[in-house]
Amino acid sequence: MNLHGIRAIYKFEMARMRRTLMQSVASPVISTTLYFVVFGAAIGSRMGDIDGISYGAFIIPGLLMLSLLTQSISNASFGIYMPKFSGTIYEVLSAPVSYLEIVLGYVGAAATKSVILGLIILVTARFFVDYQVLHPFWMLAFLVLTAVTFSLFGFIIGIWADGFEQLQVVPLMVITPLVFLGGTFYSIDMLPEVWQTVALFNPVVYLISGFRWAFYGVSDVHIGISVGMTLVFLFACMFTISWIFRTGYRLRP
Amino acid sequence: MPGEISIRHLEKVYDDGFRALSDINLEIQRGEIFALLGPNGAGKTTLISIVCGLVNASGGEVMVAGHDIIRDYRGARESIGLVPQELSTDAFESVWGAVSFSRGLFGKSPDPAHIEKVLRELSLWDKRNNRLMSLSGGMKRRVMIAKALSHEPRVLFLDEPTAGVDVELRRDMWAMVRGLRESGVTIILTTHYIEEAEEMADRIGVIRNGEIILVEDKAQLMAKLGSKELRLHLQHPLDAIPDALNGEPVSLEADGYDLIYTFDAQREQAGVARLLRLLGEKGIEFRDLQTRESSLEEIFVGLVNRPSAGVDAATTASPSGVNER
Ligand SMILES: Nc1ncnc2c1ncn2[C@@H]1O[C@H](COP(=O)(O)OP(=O)(O)OP(=O)(O)O)[C@@H](O)[C@H]1O
Ligand SMILES: [Mg+2]
Repeated sequence: MNLHGIRAIYKFEMARMRRTLMQSVASPVISTTLYFVVFGAAIGSRMGDIDGISYGAFIIPGLLMLSLLTQSISNASFGIYMPKFSGTIYEVLSAPVSYLEIVLGYVGAAATKSVILGLIILVTARFFVDYQVLHPFWMLAFLVLTAVTFSLFGFIIGIWADGFEQLQVVPLMVITPLVFLGGTFYSIDMLPEVWQTVALFNPVVYLISGFRWAFYGVSDVHIGISVGMTLVFLFACMFTISWIFRTGYRLRP
Repeated sequence: MPGEISIRHLEKVYDDGFRALSDINLEIQRGEIFALLGPNGAGKTTLISIVCGLVNASGGEVMVAGHDIIRDYRGARESIGLVPQELSTDAFESVWGAVSFSRGLFGKSPDPAHIEKVLRELSLWDKRNNRLMSLSGGMKRRVMIAKALSHEPRVLFLDEPTAGVDVELRRDMWAMVRGLRESGVTIILTTHYIEEAEEMADRIGVIRNGEIILVEDKAQLMAKLGSKELRLHLQHPLDAIPDALNGEPVSLEADGYDLIYTFDAQREQAGVARLLRLLGEKGIEFRDLQTRESSLEEIFVGLVNRPSAGVDAATTASPSGVNER
């Protein structure tokens, strides 16, 4: 195991994130806070409770997921896309590091930042909305699991992309709609029957539902299914990455 | 004894079907400076990239410092430092940070003293806290060399290290490369400046269209393939080449004042004596004479311009009138 190598990549990535603190931490925190202000403090008081939870509190897990998913993906994809774009990736590819070590460095750093961001958002939310966390351990576990899984996904996107637009497309055009339609603002069983079935094809439903269970003990689908689905996606990403490095796809001609 | 780098039957066909390397076989000995020459697109960078792990080979095998580059990639790569042809640096990183990063990446524990030594040798010490984007092109190239040396490699690849580098810095680099060789580092460099290969290399390989067409000791190559030129400055100009010299490889220049005799450096030692005797018999007097050996450049141009490979058939390289490229 090349621990020095992993540490070098991790430190490099964390330094890059410190340089871009404004856009990578401040902006998601601010935009999420706006939701808390509007839906939690302002409109929330006029809305009825859902499953016995105040509306402001109800939307916290979903909004947290939104930041977690989009930020994990864009951090990790930029992290690997930039050296690919500038050519500096030659050094990592010629170094005595295995693909697992490369992934640990890049994805570890991206996930770390997402977790930190998630915690900041949680603390900020507290100023506007009263909420509790029923299962703190599971909440944290879910936070970390999601951050890691979607950082892996972002890593794949970063390797696949051959333009900056493609990096933006997935978080903006795929993840954001899925999160909004995935039960962030409502409970799935508030939907008509047909749409409930359709919703179950949205993978983000399982993430938000599981996360909400960790907060309030209520969920749309069983927590086991949520964790199971996330793990399946995590392994699918791992498998894809191992395939990428085995074949050299878009990395080694 | 197998060399420090041992390449057998290496093949590379790119995804678009282009055959960049065909059956490359090459042994590079420990501690030598090996210069790889070849025209643009010959496959030099491809060859280096495969050895360093940047490009996947299509066939054949490569051993570096006794490690197979696929089966034991860690062992192989730990011993390699690479300075690629393209300049690429992380704009926001400091010189010190970038070079320390490379050392860690290659699995070595931090050693500020070594990093300092490398930076000082490359005259980068004063710039150590500068961001890379604030450096000039030549300095960036030196940073890339520093990165390659940060982990104390046994083998150093320099892919056109002096492209776009001023004369002074080029001299510095040559001195540095020699210093590294003294310390036992094996160096493989590609260059378009033949002068560089002539000055630096112990051995020379010429690659063309993905095939190695020649590997020779530099001195032997120049003796074997080089031609010599004897230039006689005459007392009285000649209008034409005298009949007695017909059939000899002579020509006239400088309005008939210079008689030039071109001969194979190795074989025709006797020719000079015969020529001088003939001139004496004809009463042609000369005030001065010069001999000149063809440069490696002339040899190289002769080689890569030959329609097909086949080095043994090589006689003399054409010393003039051939364009490089
Ligand atoms: N990724 C690639 N896909 C397809 N063909 C490639 C690729 N990389 C290089 N080639 C081709 O392989 C050939 C050899 O390229 P290479 O870069 O090895 O040449 P070179 O000897 O280093 O040339 P130069 O002196 O210009 O640096 C060229 O014809 C090039 O177009
Ligand atoms: Mg090249």
